[in-house]
Amino acid sequence: MNWGVVVFPGSNCDDDAHDALARIFGQPVRMIWHRETSLGDLDAILLPGGFSYGDYLRGGAIARFSPVMEDVVRFARDGGVVIGICNGFQILTEAGLLPGALLRNRSLRFICRDQPVRVERHDTRFTNACDPGRVLHIPIAHNEGAYYLPGDQLARLEDRGAVVLRYCAPDGTVSGEHNPNGSVNNIAGIVNEAGNVLGMMPHPERCCDAAIGHTDGRLIFESVISSFVAA
Amino acid sequence: MPAPTELTGPPEPVPGDPEVTLELARAHQLSDEEYERILALLDGRTPTFTELGVYSVMWSEHASYKNSILQLKTLPRSGGRLLVAAGEENAGLVDIGDGWAVAFKIESHNHPSAVEPYQGAATGVGGILRDVFTMGARPIALLDSLRFGSPSDRRVRYLFDGVVRGIADYGNCVGVPTVGGELYFEDAYRGNPLVNAMAVGIVHHDRVLRATAEGAGNSVIYIGSRTGRDGIHGATFASEELSEESTSRRSNVQVGDPFTEKLLLEATLALAETDALVGIQDMGAAGLTCSSCEMAGRGGAGILLDLDRVPLREPGMTPYEIMLSESQERMLVVAKRGREHEVFEIVRRWDLQAVEVGSITDDGRMRATSGGKLVIDIPVESLVLGGGAPHYEREAEAPEPVTFSARTGEPEDFSAATLALLASANIASRRHVFQQYDHMVRANTRVGPGRGDAAVVRVPGTRKALALATDCNARLLRIDPREGARQAVAEACRNVACAGATPLGITNCLNFGNPYKPAVYWTFREAVAGMGEACRALAAPVTGGNVSFYNENPGGAVYPTPVIGAVGLTEDVERTTGMGFVREGEAVFLLGPSETGWAGSEWQALQGDEPAGALVPIDLELEAVLQRFLIRSVNSGWVSAAHDLSEGGLVVAIAEMALASPGRRIGAMIELEEVTALALFGEGPSRVAVTVPVAEMDAFEQAAEAEGVPAQWLGTTGGDGIGFRTVFSVSMHELARAFDTGLGRALGLIESAAVS
Repeated sequence: MNWGVVVFPGSNCDDDAHDALARIFGQPVRMIWHRETSLGDLDAILLPGGFSYGDYLRGGAIARFSPVMEDVVRFARDGGVVIGICNGFQILTEAGLLPGALLRNRSLRFICRDQPVRVERHDTRFTNACDPGRVLHIPIAHNEGAYYLPGDQLARLEDRGAVVLRYCAPDGTVSGEHNPNGSVNNIAGIVNEAGNVLGMMPHPERCCDAAIGHTDGRLIFESVISSFVAA
Repeated sequence: MPAPTELTGPPEPVPGDPEVTLELARAHQLSDEEYERILALLDGRTPTFTELGVYSVMWSEHASYKNSILQLKTLPRSGGRLLVAAGEENAGLVDIGDGWAVAFKIESHNHPSAVEPYQGAATGVGGILRDVFTMGARPIALLDSLRFGSPSDRRVRYLFDGVVRGIADYGNCVGVPTVGGELYFEDAYRGNPLVNAMAVGIVHHDRVLRATAEGAGNSVIYIGSRTGRDGIHGATFASEELSEESTSRRSNVQVGDPFTEKLLLEATLALAETDALVGIQDMGAAGLTCSSCEMAGRGGAGILLDLDRVPLREPGMTPYEIMLSESQERMLVVAKRGREHEVFEIVRRWDLQAVEVGSITDDGRMRATSGGKLVIDIPVESLVLGGGAPHYEREAEAPEPVTFSARTGEPEDFSAATLALLASANIASRRHVFQQYDHMVRANTRVGPGRGDAAVVRVPGTRKALALATDCNARLLRIDPREGARQAVAEACRNVACAGATPLGITNCLNFGNPYKPAVYWTFREAVAGMGEACRALAAPVTGGNVSFYNENPGGAVYPTPVIGAVGLTEDVERTTGMGFVREGEAVFLLGPSETGWAGSEWQALQGDEPAGALVPIDLELEAVLQRFLIRSVNSGWVSAAHDLSEGGLVVAIAEMALASPGRRIGAMIELEEVTALALFGEGPSRVAVTVPVAEMDAFEQAAEAEGVPAQWLGTTGGDGIGFRTVFSVSMHELARAFDTGLGRALGLIESAAVS
């Protein structure tokens, strides 16, 4: 399958995503400059982490106006697979492809650490390689990672099973004590209603290579790749 | 732009500029002799105000190294795998094989951080990153060596918080992982925090950019942010003592914009892929002045600038202000004539400005025009280090030796002493700090902060890895600067060796007081001498660095603090070690001598005593043998974890190895024959604790004996805590509690520390 990684000014994890997809999984990957207006023939788009436009206004608030975003929105609406990681998740919420917003961390400090997250849905095309309830250790690194959605909308989000990943303890316990940033309901990742757009704050591309450390991030990419093989 | 030949006659004063007098020169921190020298260099002509500004920054301590260069020249500054000699380029450059080189440097931003901690620290990170990527190198790691006064002091807490946030916001946004460093609290740094930042980058040999200007007719192109009034005279500010008025110099502190830095980084690396450039230099300290003069100086060329073309943030800036501004995120490039459009195209792709502001000449003069009139006309050679810039051997006098304080008693309750040391602000977990830094971005960090004596970062696209550490126990230098400096170099290199990497070289950041005081100058001279001895013994040349004098205020000077940044290389990223115990049932050995003392120890400091006593001297020959053996042991698979014994001695080292084990589940039982306070908590050089799988013990011990490295069996890993025979033990839970909460308690942040 053909992947595209969008490069905004200030994207920092574009090379990491490219490296994971191309070197670890042997996938064809094209870097897409934010000024391009057509994605071309691609199967999946990844919006990487970083600080697009410095995030001086609000994470992702400027990047959503980049020329390429018009075609990313069209691609997503047509059912194309889109993954937004960290800043990419923020951009997807700003662009209206995913509901909610990412607020400042409760501590008002940047947080970088390995973080256990529990897989809430193993039947999505992003998590089908995981066992139910599996705890993944995936790094987080963000300033604005507190997912927020008003109460009634949050209930609907939960009702339709859109929450894919939740922050948890190493043993899988989900509680306020094991919430690194103040996200409502410990939400770490969600999918849209059609199930083709994933936004997640943890960085799976940082934990795919055994030479560097553990490899739980592979399961996310393996899920997507196998969903295409199966299709 | 006027053609170079159309400009004749002496430069003219700019309307509104003050009259240049000896008084004004003194106000620019120039001595009477230096002002006389300027008059002579200009053939008796009085300099214009702009020219006076140019001389004052180029001859400031910061740019000219005038009071340090004679000592620095005694250090080993070439040889080994060095590709450029120290000081020749913006950063040191060392070969790491297969066509790759590592560029690295450490630099201080102490004075700005003392008055405006957030921006001071942020722009320190920005500056050192530019020094590395102007070499064409992609930055792959940052380290920060920080020193503050007592953590209970309110202003110290303000400074600490601002510095950490400044480093975090800048480094995180640029996308370079902050993988290590140091953090110390001592009263001596109360008014003068030390903020030293180190950057490390990777470059292919044939893509190295140089900081030179040559070839008459070539174009001088300005890239990056506009020039504003911020940071004017930052270099001279950094060259004086801090005083009550220092806070009024806040406008001397620059303001950072990490997003622009990121664009500048990508644009610069794209420029390195062309061969359109002759040279490039960051407009850092002393801004446009320093970058233009130093590049012209290196190339033996002249340079002509049209200041009307410099992009400005606000109207009405004078030539003086334009030449001296230290606005951040700017670069000066010399492009080959006819290739300018390639530069413009690349730079504009990244939404940055690129403006041709001048040209290279062959007359060896630094000239600048404003409004079509000449405002600067100075021989380049007279401005630069190695040329006409002054250099001095200052008066040196040994201070009164520190006498031993008899107050320090030995610890009696060993469990309580263990917990007190682990909770000390100088030893306790640094998680509160490094959790604010993205230490994993770029996905090459194998050993991150808190996991080993050195950070280990893979060289992208290879199996090689670099081990990186900064180190300086300034208490030892307070007692004996020469011996302390030897030990600082040895420890930094030992940290790298603990990861299994061979030290390639060091960069140093020499933080001292006012060199015009004979005792400070003597201390500086001694420290540089000790550093040179250790560098020679360990075959680790100095690749470059920075001198920061005047770290003093009316309360006194900082401890002499030559921070050493060491870079080591290993060929296999997976053959590296951290410090955490890996498996139960492995043997624990102590490598190195058993001799320890209390002088300069953490225990002594915990008793409220000044560093005092006689240091255990380092045997540099043994140190070299020990490091080689350590590297061999890691690479042979004999050793699964290694940790240098530093602050807090043996017990603290063993506790830290247990606390760094997977899930904190592996402790150790130590069967030391003599469980004495001195053996447990005393400190001494060249000591490393290692774990050895049982199957490797024979090979390990035989090799140690053959190479003459003392290796003492201490005990076995396992258990839920650390025990020393039946004498005392501490549970993992107690160790963790002391270690995890120590820093938060010291800083009064414990509530937020508990949440994170």
